[in-house]
Amino acid sequence: MSDVALRMEHIYKKFRKGETYNSLRDLLPALTGKMFRGQELDAGDRREFWALQDISFEVKRGEALGIIGHNGAGKSTALKILSRIMKPTKGCMIVNGRLSALIEVAAGFHPDLTGMENIFLHGTILGMSKREIQSKLDQIVAFSGIEEFIDTPVKRYSSGMFARLGFSVAAHVDPEVLIVDEVLSVGDYVFQQRCMERIQAVIRAGTTVLFVSHNLKAVTEICPRTMLLEHGKVLAIDQTDVVARRYLGELPEAPEENKPVYVSKVRVRDRAGEQSTFESGQTAWVDIEITAREAVDKLAVVIWFTDDAQYTIFNTSTERLGFAPVSLKAGGTYRCTFELCLNMAHGTFQLATDIFRYDNQRSYDRHNRAATIFIGSSMAVRGAVNCFPKLIDSETIASSTEFCEV
Amino acid sequence: MKEELEELYRYRELLYMITYRDIKVRYKQSIMGFLWAILMPILIVMSGVMVRYAYAMVSHAPLKTADIASVAIKSVPWAFIVSSIRFTCQSLFGNRDLVVKIYFPKEIFPLAAVLACLFDFVVASSALLILLFLIKIGWSIYLLWVPVLVATIVLLCMGIGMIVSAASLFFRDVKYIVEIFLTFGIFFTPVFFDIRMFGDRGKWLMLNPFAPLLDGLSTCIAHHESPDVQWYLYSLVFSLTSFLVGFVLFKHLEPAFAESI
Repeated sequence: MSDVALRMEHIYKKFRKGETYNSLRDLLPALTGKMFRGQELDAGDRREFWALQDISFEVKRGEALGIIGHNGAGKSTALKILSRIMKPTKGCMIVNGRLSALIEVAAGFHPDLTGMENIFLHGTILGMSKREIQSKLDQIVAFSGIEEFIDTPVKRYSSGMFARLGFSVAAHVDPEVLIVDEVLSVGDYVFQQRCMERIQAVIRAGTTVLFVSHNLKAVTEICPRTMLLEHGKVLAIDQTDVVARRYLGELPEAPEENKPVYVSKVRVRDRAGEQSTFESGQTAWVDIEITAREAVDKLAVVIWFTDDAQYTIFNTSTERLGFAPVSLKAGGTYRCTFELCLNMAHGTFQLATDIFRYDNQRSYDRHNRAATIFIGSSMAVRGAVNCFPKLIDSETIASSTEFCEV
Repeated sequence: MKEELEELYRYRELLYMITYRDIKVRYKQSIMGFLWAILMPILIVMSGVMVRYAYAMVSHAPLKTADIASVAIKSVPWAFIVSSIRFTCQSLFGNRDLVVKIYFPKEIFPLAAVLACLFDFVVASSALLILLFLIKIGWSIYLLWVPVLVATIVLLCMGIGMIVSAASLFFRDVKYIVEIFLTFGIFFTPVFFDIRMFGDRGKWLMLNPFAPLLDGLSTCIAHHESPDVQWYLYSLVFSLTSFLVGFVLFKHLEPAFAESI
């Protein structure tokens, strides 16, 4: 067997916009019209659009490839073609081995059946044999964490329980190629972590994974390589941090208006110079320069970090760090440098900046994505922050005989 | 074609599971499930008896037990035919989520729909068996024809089912057209009447592929005679052809399902 798990070569997919003839009552008159009057049968031909154009990529056996792109970029269409639900208009593709898609985790469930019956139903739909399910039943039930309700019809489940059971079944299929499409958006935080761990375990076991998500943190954690799709075309296939930066760079920035004062420069650097990739715990310097168009008083520079979910994980300002507010004349500039210890764990973070006047709460020039930094970590740390754990004591205490004999 | 049949064979457990699901959901309340299975056959048998009674009144001929038995024997499979074609027609639409999201041979849906109706048919047949026993219909060697005839009916329903289920995805009005045919089909099929009532012109009615099969069932069960083998072969060829054509057509259209649903 070759070491290529799947390959797409010049795949095109065309869709029609709007309705075509979808009833015989409309089609038959149109057909006769064509026969007798030579009318154009399908005006819809002119309203077509290409959902995918010339998509070519290759994934090696055991590799994890991320796919990112804005809504409507063609991610789901590409996956549907890979999983053979749709046929490409042109082009060819090769899939080596059993392919399983985690597209909608609970699609196979029937509301009237119990959790247990649905495990068997959904499992067979995903391509497992009955015996296979039987042998993994305990694992599946335990993973879902809903042992108590396993004999309850799933229509009484909460949406979280529904999704958890669905993912548990799907996660135990053991395919050779696994497609994961935005399934992590369900369930609580703990369950999402479990899903991530499961996917990582699947990758370690040598499964090829295609991972589609809007959650850049998850993509950076799982996939070394990522493909960026935009309007049905491949914009980039490269290392994940490179592609992610390109993806984020294309988000529309707030247009530069005639603000009285604006951020004229933002630079993130390490000791050597401008940098965007850091190790967890490394020190970074952020240089900010602001320029005034007209005279402004009592300014402070605010910076903060947001994670992929847009949560602010850190926030500070010149004023809070004890510097007096700055007043600028027209044309004047002000520079400041923050020294930061990057104690975040693995992930992608946005540096945001603002020029703020505290006494009247006015924001002058806010940039939610002034810069992007990537934090890599070789340490065994998961989660949002790095607490730099050290194992300083570890011993096994044998059960003491005195206790047993009492 | 061969590959596709092999794939279907590989997914046979799924066919079984989907069938089981359809049956299980319908028989969740077992009493209601049972009543549901015999409701339509009972109504058809009763209307058949009404028609035959009216016919006997007009022709001044007595209504014989064998005639009632014959109507009952043909009504139960007719109920199966109607419900299985109706059920297959919506089988792809009703499983929209699965059709759009997960890959597997989709002909499983119409096939499972027919098999689930077959279960209802078995339930209704056991009720019919009790009736036939009560009116002391007796038995003969020709009863061996019954499984053959039923299997041919199932094959024909599956073939039609695959065609209408795929067609109803592309043309939204197919389900109404099918419904009209199912409602009035009973008048063009020898269920209430006997093909022999039409004398020579009866052979035109036998062109309906269901006619020789239903007539055959009543001949071998109620009249203890062999069905007309030539007409049976006609139905068999028709059934095989429709199954193959249905399968090939279904497989040809399958890649476009996800887009047009």
